[in-house]
Amino acid sequence: MSQKPFLRVENIRKRFGPIVASDGVSLEIEEGEIHSLLGENGAGKSVLMSMICGMVRPDEGEIVFKGQLVRFDSPREAIRQRIGMVHQHFMLVPNLTVAENYILGQGSPLRVINDMDEVHAKIRELSDRYALDVRPDAVIEDLSVGEQQRVEILKVLFHGIDLLILDEPTAVLTPQETDRLLSLMGDLAKDGKTVVFISHKLDEVMRVSNRISVMRDGRVVHTVNVGETNARELARMMVGRDVRMELPRSPEPPGHIVLSVDNLTCRAETGLPAVRGVSLNVRSGEIVGIAGVSGNGQTELSLALSGLLPVDSGRVMLNGKDITGLDPARINASSFSHIPEDRHKHGIVASMSLSENTILQRYDQKPFASHGMLNRGVIGEHTRDLIKRFRIKSRDEDQPIGALSGGNQQKLVVARELARNPDFILVNQLARGIDIGAMEFVMEEMLKQRDNGRAILLISTELEELFAICDRILVMFHGELLGELPPDRTRLDELGLLMAGETANVVLPTHAS
Amino acid sequence: MDDMMFLTFLATLAGAAWRLATPLIFASIGEIFSERAGVLNIGLEGTMLVGAFCGFAAAFATGSIPLGLLAGIAGGMLFGVIFAFFTITIKADQIVVGAALNLLGMGLTAFLFRTYYVSTGKGIEIAQPVQIPFLSDIPFLGEAFFRQNLIVYSTILVTILASLVLFRTSFGLTLRAVGEHPKAVDVAGRNVASYRYAAVLVGTGLAGLGGAFLTLGHSNQFVEGITSGRGFIALAVVVFARWSPMGAFFVSLLFGLFYALQLMLQAQASIVVPYQLLQALPYIMTIVTLVVVRGKGAAPSKLGQPYEMR
Repeated sequence: MSQKPFLRVENIRKRFGPIVASDGVSLEIEEGEIHSLLGENGAGKSVLMSMICGMVRPDEGEIVFKGQLVRFDSPREAIRQRIGMVHQHFMLVPNLTVAENYILGQGSPLRVINDMDEVHAKIRELSDRYALDVRPDAVIEDLSVGEQQRVEILKVLFHGIDLLILDEPTAVLTPQETDRLLSLMGDLAKDGKTVVFISHKLDEVMRVSNRISVMRDGRVVHTVNVGETNARELARMMVGRDVRMELPRSPEPPGHIVLSVDNLTCRAETGLPAVRGVSLNVRSGEIVGIAGVSGNGQTELSLALSGLLPVDSGRVMLNGKDITGLDPARINASSFSHIPEDRHKHGIVASMSLSENTILQRYDQKPFASHGMLNRGVIGEHTRDLIKRFRIKSRDEDQPIGALSGGNQQKLVVARELARNPDFILVNQLARGIDIGAMEFVMEEMLKQRDNGRAILLISTELEELFAICDRILVMFHGELLGELPPDRTRLDELGLLMAGETANVVLPTHAS
Repeated sequence: MDDMMFLTFLATLAGAAWRLATPLIFASIGEIFSERAGVLNIGLEGTMLVGAFCGFAAAFATGSIPLGLLAGIAGGMLFGVIFAFFTITIKADQIVVGAALNLLGMGLTAFLFRTYYVSTGKGIEIAQPVQIPFLSDIPFLGEAFFRQNLIVYSTILVTILASLVLFRTSFGLTLRAVGEHPKAVDVAGRNVASYRYAAVLVGTGLAGLGGAFLTLGHSNQFVEGITSGRGFIALAVVVFARWSPMGAFFVSLLFGLFYALQLMLQAQASIVVPYQLLQALPYIMTIVTLVVVRGKGAAPSKLGQPYEMR
């Protein structure tokens, strides 16, 4: 290691309200390397890089670039120091051309734009050098996402940078586009540029990096050379925390099939294939887990099952009834409960009271309503009962749910969904954003439900959660289910490999599910 | 001879259409600046009224039409500052503030006019048509296009200038970007709020000019509610013109034609349609055109949305 690192980040701290995004991060980047920043969602990767490129100002700590202490008030100042970032959400104006986007905000506002030839020539030259296929007069909104990303990368090169930060660039790309991007990163490094690659995809990180830093909970926990590690170890660093809970399980064998999914496919909102032929069964009295690094189709799978995303092909049967492609209200009415991944989008209405939130699906049904009028008394009593049973910390049942902590909101969602006495419960990220105590409580509730003969499908990126309560764990990768493992902690390595998409060295159980 | 009469009718109609389109051209081009930057100012009607009143008051006091026009622009921009402060700095709802400006404009100008001018009963000397050698003497065409006052002629200049600024300068490029993807502008190091302020001021200044034309180049008097909905029609012109100044010029001419047509048809004794129906023509056409061009969106994608700095 050289004496003077290209970029040194020293003990950076950043809080957003009560959330600690960076908890004393330190990191060193060498000149000309491809340095990957690996970590789960919310580990603090993007925030760290936003501070380096001037988007966000750190509360504490220092950034030393090329031996100089730097403090950027805006991305413009960072670009002047030759640091550029390609954001997850592109900073391109859709109805302008590529060239217009590049000169946006450059020079005097009074400047007349009469001759774009020079700009066009420079864009063509850079585009040719890196085989980017960017036409300077193309209008952004006519380009595919992959093309727009190349336009963004070229924009940073156009402004002339030495350090390029790419934030989750492959999340929106097809596999072919991803290959192309990874080889571009190699070309840039060969030209002496330094590249920071933010990702949570182990295979890509292993393919392209010189060094890898793993982030967890707002800190860098490890930095390793790519030759001295493997996907297995990285997976463990990234997600492998010790599970603190040992929950008792009943030895009862599972019963009949409640939910059966046959060859389900669907696309993400971007139009890219997200779920590719998923088949699985969930029986009465079992909890089936789906593990995987986020972004591998889990979100779309749960949305498609609950009727929130159109199904392209395949079939979903619940209690022998075909519920494929029904609207959410009909699916809900088919003894199907859903504890969604994105609580604020699909779980609660933040400005409405706890009472109103508990009857979101049943507001028009007896006993909560009769003759088109709400029975306030019954609703209030029902809500107070749930608040007591689930120990939800709130002022009263009329308080807006948005005023509660995330953990208490989640408890109300769980309470509401379980109170409907469903045969099948779909859970995506059971313990997201909730503290250890609440987590233990909701997990125990799930186990009780299982013992009462419910069928539960738990989708989670938290291995801890899966190990604690699942009876078997399926692994999802690139929209497919790669294999099944028992919740046996000694086989964590195999789980990690499957999560990275490697099936070769994994011994899978041979029995059918 | 009937043919000759018809040709004369057409020539007069065309000339009147341009004249009546003039306030719409100014106001809608102004609004295009504002909306291109993402600020929807529905307070055009009130702003135009203030322009009309200020223009009248200044010309009344000084007898100078150029000073009157400047006063109209200044009055419009004063309303623009109020609008920009509440919608951009305070981030209040643009529709609500715009509606408030309309009410304020109507009430304030009516109050001031009644207090200071209504009893005088006097008008002002309005801008006179400028004859252009040779061109004005061409039969029919001369009558149609070359016997206007300077304010009417200036609409061509304003239209060309607006197109150049919007599409050929760095300022215009950034302004359009502010209405589409303000964060990209922020990241590029430009201040989104100041561009929006500038856009609103250009917009309200032009609206004020459009209003001032009504008292200085058209009628010689201020009348309560003299704009009679032109501010709202200008909003429709912007949509129909797809946020292009050149388009706004021609769409305004079309609406001017409806105004002219209803005036001239009212004068034709042989036509038995109730005059109220004819008067409603421009407004009916506004609704019709909005229905026809609906949903073919070219609207700035952040129109009406305040921008939160990081």
